[in-house]
Amino acid sequence: MTPMIDIRQAEKTFIMHLQGGIELPVVRGVTFHVEPGECVVLSGPSGAGKSSILKMIFGNYRCDGGCIGIRHQGALVDLASAEPRQILSVRRATIGYVSQFLRAVPRVATIDVVAEPLIANGMARPEAQERAGQLLRRLNIPERLWTLPPSTFSGGEQQRVNIARGFISELPILLLDEPTASLDAANRAVVVELIDRKKRAGVAMVAIVHDDEIRHRIADRIVDVTSFASAA
Amino acid sequence: MAESLTAVQDNDQPLLMAEGLSKTYGRLAACREVSFALYPGEVLAIVGESGSGKSTLLQLLSAQLAPSAGNVSYRMRDGVMRDLAALGEAERRFLFRTDWGYVHQDPVLGLRMAVSAGANVGERLMAVGANHYGRIRHTATSWLERVEIDVGRIDDAPRTYSGGMRQRLQIARNLVTEPRLVFMDEPTGGLDVSVQARLLDLMRNLVSELGLAAIVVTHDLAVARLLSHRVMVMKGGRVIETGLTDQVLDDPREPYTQLLVSSILPA
Repeated sequence: MTPMIDIRQAEKTFIMHLQGGIELPVVRGVTFHVEPGECVVLSGPSGAGKSSILKMIFGNYRCDGGCIGIRHQGALVDLASAEPRQILSVRRATIGYVSQFLRAVPRVATIDVVAEPLIANGMARPEAQERAGQLLRRLNIPERLWTLPPSTFSGGEQQRVNIARGFISELPILLLDEPTASLDAANRAVVVELIDRKKRAGVAMVAIVHDDEIRHRIADRIVDVTSFASAA
Repeated sequence: MAESLTAVQDNDQPLLMAEGLSKTYGRLAACREVSFALYPGEVLAIVGESGSGKSTLLQLLSAQLAPSAGNVSYRMRDGVMRDLAALGEAERRFLFRTDWGYVHQDPVLGLRMAVSAGANVGERLMAVGANHYGRIRHTATSWLERVEIDVGRIDDAPRTYSGGMRQRLQIARNLVTEPRLVFMDEPTGGLDVSVQARLLDLMRNLVSELGLAAIVVTHDLAVARLLSHRVMVMKGGRVIETGLTDQVLDDPREPYTQLLVSSILPA
C-alpha cells in the first residue's frame, strides 16, 4: 500500500529571539508513516512535541529539516519545502485538522462554521447545511443553537462544533489533537464511532489522545514521540 | 521514498509581480528591494508598524507612486503581463476604474461625500459605459444589500452615514465593477471593534465569493489572520519575513516578527 503520510527525519527547533536567542529543540529524527484507513496515535508526556508534530504535518509549523511527504491528488508533496500556495491546496483537498480549540470568525452561525469546509470545496449551501445539521445532531448540539455563533457556547459544546467541522469533509487525511478532551462519556463514544467510520472510508489519521480507554479503542499503531524528543 | 517529490501542479500564472521595488526620498529608503508574485484569488497581507514602508509599498504597487528602482507588472485581461510604468493613459484608466479597487482607510478619500450612496456606486458603473438609469440603480441597490446597507438610505449622502456604513459603501463602490484586484489600506483602521468584526466577516465572504485577489495593508495581525492567505512582514522598508499567514503568526522566525506577535494584547 502507498502511505498517505510519510515523514522522514523531520526536525524542529524554536529560536526565542526575545529571550536572548535561546534555542528550544522540539523534535528531531521524526520518522513514521500512516497508511489509508489507519489511525496512528502519538504518545509521550506533555511537552514531548506531539502537538508540534501535528502542526508540522499540517504545515502550520515550519520544518527545519527532513521531509513531510503527503499524498495529495495522486502525487507526493513535501510539505517541509512546499510553497504557501501548495500548502493551501493540500489543506483544501487533502488534510483536515481538528484542534483543541475552536477559532471561529465572530458573527458566523454554528451551522455555517460547520458547513464551511464543504462550501469551500464547491458544495451548494443548502446541501452543506443539511449535512452540517446531521453531524451537529449526532454530536448532541441542540438545534436551537445552530443559528448562534459558537463563541458563547460552553467549552465542550465548542469542541463538538470543532469536531463536526473537522469530520464533515471527505478529506483523505485527518489530524486530531485531543478530540475528546472536554467531552462527557456519551459524546466521547460518538467521536470514537466517527473515527471508526472514517477508518472504514480509508482515511489516514494521526491523533493525540490522553485518555487510555479512547486510545485503546482507536489506535491501530502507537508512535512514541519520546525518542524524537530526547534526540532533539 | 521510491518516487521523487513533486510540486503541486499549478497552471495559473501570477496576476501581479513586483521585482526589486525600491523607493527612496533623498537618503531615506522608504521601500527596499521588494519582490513577490500575487496569484489570482490570493489575499496577501502586508504587516508592520507605522513607518515600516507598508503604505509606500501599496502606493508603488497600485501605480500611484513611481518607484526609484524596480518594476511592477500586471496581467491585463488579455492575459499579457505589462509593466505598469509603460502603460498608456487609456490602460491606466481601465485599471483604476474597472479592474482594480482601492479601499482607503478613511472612506472620505474613497467616496464623494456630497452625492447620494446610489450615485457613489453608480458612478463607477457609468465610468465603464453603463448608461441605463434603471439598470444602474438596480445594480447599486443590490450592492447596498450585499454590504448590508439599508436600501432605504440609497438616496442619502454618505455624509449622513456612520463610519462603518461609509466603509461598507466604499467597498460596494469598489466592487461593483467586478475588479480582479483590490488594494486595501488599513480597511478597518478607524472603526469600533464591533463594527470591525462585521466588516471583516463581510470582506472575507466577498473576497472568497468573487475570487478576488487582494493586497491588504494592516498593522493589526488579527485582520491579517482573518483575511489573508499569505503575509509579508515589513521593517525599515524591507520585507523581513514572508509565508503562509498562520505559519508566520504561529511560528514566527525573525526577532521583529516574534516581537510583533508577542505584543498582541490578549482580549
